[in-house]
Parts: sequence; structure tokens; C-alpha cells
Amino acid sequence: MNILRISTAGSVDDGKSTLIGRLLYDTKSLSKDKIENIENLSKQRGLEDIDLSLITDGLTAEREQGITIDVAHIYFNTPNRKYIVADTPGHVEYTRNMITGASNASVFLILIDARNGIIEQTKRHLFIASLMEIQNIVFVINKMDLVDYEESVYLKIRGEITKLQEKFNLEDRNLTFIPVSAKVGDNVVKRSAATKWFDGPTLLDYLETVDEAKDTTGFRFNVQYVIRPQSDEFHDFRGYAGKVKSGTVKVGDTVKVLSSGQSSKVKAINRYKDKLTHAKQGDSITLELEDDIDISRGDILIPGSEVLEGVKALNSKLCWLGKDDLVPQKRYLLQYGSATVPVKIAAVKSQLDFDTLSFEPNPEAVKVNSINNIDIKSASPLYLDKYKDNPENGYFILVDEVSNATVAVGFNQ
Amino acid sequence: MDYLDELENEAIYIMREVAAQFDKPVLLFSGGKDSITLVHLAIKAFYPAKVPFPLMHVDTGHNFPETIEFRDQLVEKYGLNLHVEYVQDAIDNNLVQEESGRYASRNALQTVSLLNGIEKHGFNACIGGARRDEEKARAKERVFSVRDDFGQWNAKNQRPELFDILNGRIDQGENVRAFPISNWTELDVWNYIKRENIELPSVYFAHQRKVFLRDGLIWSDSEYINKDANEEVIEKTVRFRTVGDMTCTAAVESDAADIDSVIGEIVAAEISERGARIDDKRSEAAMEKRKEVGYF
Ligand SMILES: Nc1nc2c(ncn2[C@@H]2O[C@H](COP(=O)(O)OP(=O)(O)OP(=O)(O)O)[C@@H](O)[C@H]2O)c(=O)[nH]1
Ligand SMILES: [Mg+2]
Repeated sequence: MNILRISTAGSVDDGKSTLIGRLLYDTKSLSKDKIENIENLSKQRGLEDIDLSLITDGLTAEREQGITIDVAHIYFNTPNRKYIVADTPGHVEYTRNMITGASNASVFLILIDARNGIIEQTKRHLFIASLMEIQNIVFVINKMDLVDYEESVYLKIRGEITKLQEKFNLEDRNLTFIPVSAKVGDNVVKRSAATKWFDGPTLLDYLETVDEAKDTTGFRFNVQYVIRPQSDEFHDFRGYAGKVKSGTVKVGDTVKVLSSGQSSKVKAINRYKDKLTHAKQGDSITLELEDDIDISRGDILIPGSEVLEGVKALNSKLCWLGKDDLVPQKRYLLQYGSATVPVKIAAVKSQLDFDTLSFEPNPEAVKVNSINNIDIKSASPLYLDKYKDNPENGYFILVDEVSNATVAVGFNQ
Repeated sequence: MDYLDELENEAIYIMREVAAQFDKPVLLFSGGKDSITLVHLAIKAFYPAKVPFPLMHVDTGHNFPETIEFRDQLVEKYGLNLHVEYVQDAIDNNLVQEESGRYASRNALQTVSLLNGIEKHGFNACIGGARRDEEKARAKERVFSVRDDFGQWNAKNQRPELFDILNGRIDQGENVRAFPISNWTELDVWNYIKRENIELPSVYFAHQRKVFLRDGLIWSDSEYINKDANEEVIEKTVRFRTVGDMTCTAAVESDAADIDSVIGEIVAAEISERGARIDDKRSEAAMEKRKEVGYF
């Protein structure tokens, strides 16, 4: 059994929460007490059917307003897979929360209200999917019950998205289109009799079979913590605890330390008391090296034969998440892997215009939820890969030194 | 990758981030299976070094004796460092007032002792075993959840959390609650306990117990619970699915005496884990409200 991480996307009221509720309801993942609870709440509100969005919209404020404000993480499983679902808010104001949910997903469900088709928020989310290199994107064309399950409506939306594909550099992605009614339950788990013209998979069929495997590129290991027991039994033990971000490593491999550039060989790969012969992407391990070289938190280990140049200037796409605008020339902290480095924004070169879908030069301000092309300068070298080449070592966040808030996420170009 | 390996990797990653980013972390130990699992993960994360942070238990004085005994053995076995914060002290110092009536519980009073303990020792990161699948307000939690000076959770203004990057920067007085097993479900925890052979207090398995019935739930008979005259004490074979203190956790009827049968029962269960939490039944938003004032 493996894990599939999914995130919803799409505009307010397109039915994201209802869809996730439906998925849980029809896979019988909800306990009796939870079903009774939302049945009662729905009745209290005078609704005829149960409101499935109440399953994920759990905060008082969300229920009062009938919208999602923050990501909810919901879990269910089939004999085949464990699913981690991030149900994200559609409201523009909460895009930062949407990105939180989206950043760990390998499948993106973009909801579209069949009556409205593609709107600005759909495009914004599609752009985010493109930026994040999300491989699997499902366009869930929802509320088909409100357009008489007309094939023409589905085809029209599908056609429009296909046109956008090129514009968003999505040619190499796996795109799927599914007409559904989250409210009624068509094509979510159960195949609908009302869409006989549709011969694609139901949403669950799709999720059960989609390939989640990430292609792993060069070995990258973030040193999080140095383990020095200083006990009698492990007197000279010095282990580097961290995570294999990408690629694999074997005992005997030569590795190079960034920042120092020094090399050594892997003596042992420990996972608690187990000695492993190799480790792969995602593994939390403790490495021992042949030589006592200077390594501390924030360092990255890469294959000895590879070169990853440290840079003090980088160009990146930046989603601004802070409530306050970006302040040029102000110091921010750039956090990537296990390193934190002070940086300044050298230039805001352009900003995405959601009408024209192109980057326009010289924006007036960098406001919350905007997507920008920026130059960053740093006092000490940054060892980031290009996000396109190795996403696992290609993203970073910016932290405001005064408020401590996470104000941006960036993708190195 | 197998899902339990993936969950373990993630939890260990989070533990190590806490140990590296904070100078005064603590693991909040409740005596329940989730916090026992956390201790196991912490031991694995830092082996062969000792766990680099202490445990803190907020003792309501109304615990199952089995869990206290278990706690002390665990601490002994792994050379852990344990702080205990007593709710009784907070009552004696008039910081909180004991509840009265048939639903009297010290569960809500815990928050004050928890915050006192945090302040007294200067802890700035508290590792907790809360899981998002437990409850709808917990489903909204970040992995690193920032709390202000008064321990308050501001659900409407949480930090974005991108990829696996955890931003633990806080001001003096604030603290972070860190949740390494956020993405685990009840069943995942049990399957992991089985795989790793983790020992648990005996209350998690079927045993004979003196109980009484109230509001459709099975309550453990104890001196801490005010019974009505007509509430009759009977003996039943039960186990606990979730263990808080005796006044807030209800038992389920069960014959599951070993881990395989417990897992079998959970797979077949129609009622959720928190369905047996008396403290959640107080109101629809009970958990959200408790979290806002500093509960974990
Ligand atoms: N008729 C019909 N109504 C639907 C369908 N799906 C959702 N709705 C309704 O659309 C409204 C909004 O649904 P939600 O699921 O809350 O929408 P959302 O996308 O989660 O909204 P935000 O999270 O606030 O962005 C609710 O009144 C739903 O009942 C559908 O398939 N058919
Ligand atoms: Mg929603």
C-alpha cells in the first residue's frame, strides 16, 4: 500500500469541499457518528439533502460563512492506497492557504462549475499547478446536474482548457477531464447513468490507478542534525541525521559537502539500529562518513562527481503570501532544505497579469497572492537546483525577520 | 514506498527539525497510544544518542493508574527525563476551579497547568501527538502551529506551510506546537504499533472493569466521577480506544485482547475514535474552543 497526496483547487463555491465529502461518503470512509452529526447540522439549517461540505469545513467561521478558509487534511483509504487529501479554499484572499495544501500534492483536482466555465481563479490555480510542476491534473467539471448533464458543456470547457495548455507550459503533464456532480454523486465513486456519453474513468478509478512515483534525480541530502551521543558505548560516533531529498545513496559512495566542498565516503547508513546498504528519496536516515570533516546543519551532501555551484544571485518565480507588501531592499530570511540565509530582493522584474496571462514588467507593488519574477541577492552562497531540474532542492520560502511570518514561496529558475 | 515507512520518515524529519530549530523543546506526554508512539519515534530519530528533550505530563490526578505505572516504566527503560505538572497544584493555588456536578472533569483545567509548565521551564516548542484525522478542528492544524503568549491558536491566521519547510521562528514568550504524526490515522498508529512491537498500557486491551452507563456511553466507575443514585455499577469486558483521564474517556465493549483483534475491531468500527470522548460532546465546536485557549 502506498500514499497518494491530493489537493483540491478552483474558485469559491465550485464544490471542492462537497466533492471531497462525496468521495469520503461514497467510499464509506465516514463513521456513523460523523454522518449523523452532519445530517443533524444540515437539518438544522433547513437543507433537504445533507451538506457534504460540512465534513471538511470544520471551523465555526467556515460553517457560518459557508466557505472554506483554511486547508483541511482528510484521510481515507482503499485496499490499494492511503489517501491524504488537502481540501483548500477557493477564495482569492486565502490563496496562501491553498498553496499550503497544494505544495505537497502529486495530484491536483481543479474544480470548475459547469455553469461558469473557466474564470480568473481557475487560471490562477492552473498557473500555480504549472509553476509547481504538478504532474497529474484533473479538471473536475462539477455541477453537471445544473446543466442537464449536457455533453456540449463538458466539451466546451475541455476545449478551452486544451487551448490554455500551451500558454501554461502544460504539454508534458497528465491532464484528465471528468464531468461530475459532487452533490448528487455522479462519476465520483459511482459511474453516472446521466452521462452515458462519457467513457473516461470515475474520479476514484482515476485516483486508484494514477502513477504517483516521482522521478528521482541526483542525490541530495539535507543535514538536519548532528548526532553525537558521547556515551561510553558510542564514544566516537558522529552521525548526520537528515533526509534524502532526491536520488539514492549507497554505502561506499563518495559524497561532497556543500558548502565546504570537502569529500568523503559513506561508511554507514543507519536507520535506528538497522544498517542499510542504500537509501532513497524520502528516507530519514543517519549517515556516517569515513572521514571527520566539518559538517553541520544546513549543509547538503551531493554525489562526489557532481557540481552544484553556490550562487549569491538567483532568479526565481515568487508567490507572495504575506499580508504586507514586499519591501524592496529589506532583509528577508531565505529558508531552503535545512539552511537559513539572509537575502535581499534585488529587483522585481515582472508580475503575472491574470487577464493576459503574461508577465508584465515593472509592477507597482508586490501584494499578497501575486506571482512575480524576482532577483534575489544573498550574502552567502545558496546551493539550490533549478526547480525544473530537481524540484526537491529547488524551492524555498522567505521569512520576515520582524514578524517571523512566512511571506513568500519561491521556485528557483 | 510502504505507507508506514513514509509516515515514519515524515515524523522523524519533523522531530529532528524541532530538535534543531529550538533550544527548549519538550514532548507532551499524555500516556495515550499516540504519545507513546511519539516517544518511540523520538528514540528512533536520535539513536544512538538519547532523546534530546524531556517529556512533560500534565497529571490531572484522575488518570488510569495503569497509564501512570506504564509512564514511569517507559521513562526508566529509555533514560528519559520527565516533568510532571499537577492540576491539583493549580487548584490549590486558586488558578483554576474544580468543576462540580455529574460531568465534572479536570480535562479543561489541564490547559492552565500545561501553560504554567511551559512558562516555568521556558519551553518554546511542544511536540504533541495530535492527529488531523481525530477531529474537525485538528484537521486544520499546521505541522508547526504557532501559539501566542497565552497559548492561543489563531485558526484564521495560520502561517502558510510550504512543502516540507517548517518555519519555527517565534518571538520570546510564544511557542510552537509541533505535530509529527499529523498525517497518521488511528489505524495507521495501530498498524505501526504492531509493526514496531510497541508496548502499550493494558487499558487498551480487553479487560474486566467496573463500569456504568450514561448517555449511551460506558463510563469507568471511579471515585473521581459523581454518579447519580440510579446509575448502577456493572462489570463488563471493555477496552479503551483513546485514553485521556478517567472522567473524559469512555470505554467500548470489546473482546479484543491482542493487537490483531484490536486492529480488526477498528477496521470494522462504525463509530469514530473521538465518539468515545466525553470532552468533545460538550458542544459542536468544543475542540476548536479548547485549542483557541491553549489546549493542544
Ligand atoms: N447542484 C449542485 N450543487 C453543488 C454541487 N457541488 C457543490 N454544490 C453546492 O455548491 C455550494 C458550494 O460548495 P462547496 O463544496 O462549499 O464549495 P467550495 O469549492 O468548497 O467552496 P470554497 O471552499 O469556499 O472555495 C454548496 O451550496 C454546494 O451544495 C453539485 O455538483 N451540484
Ligand atoms: Mg470548500
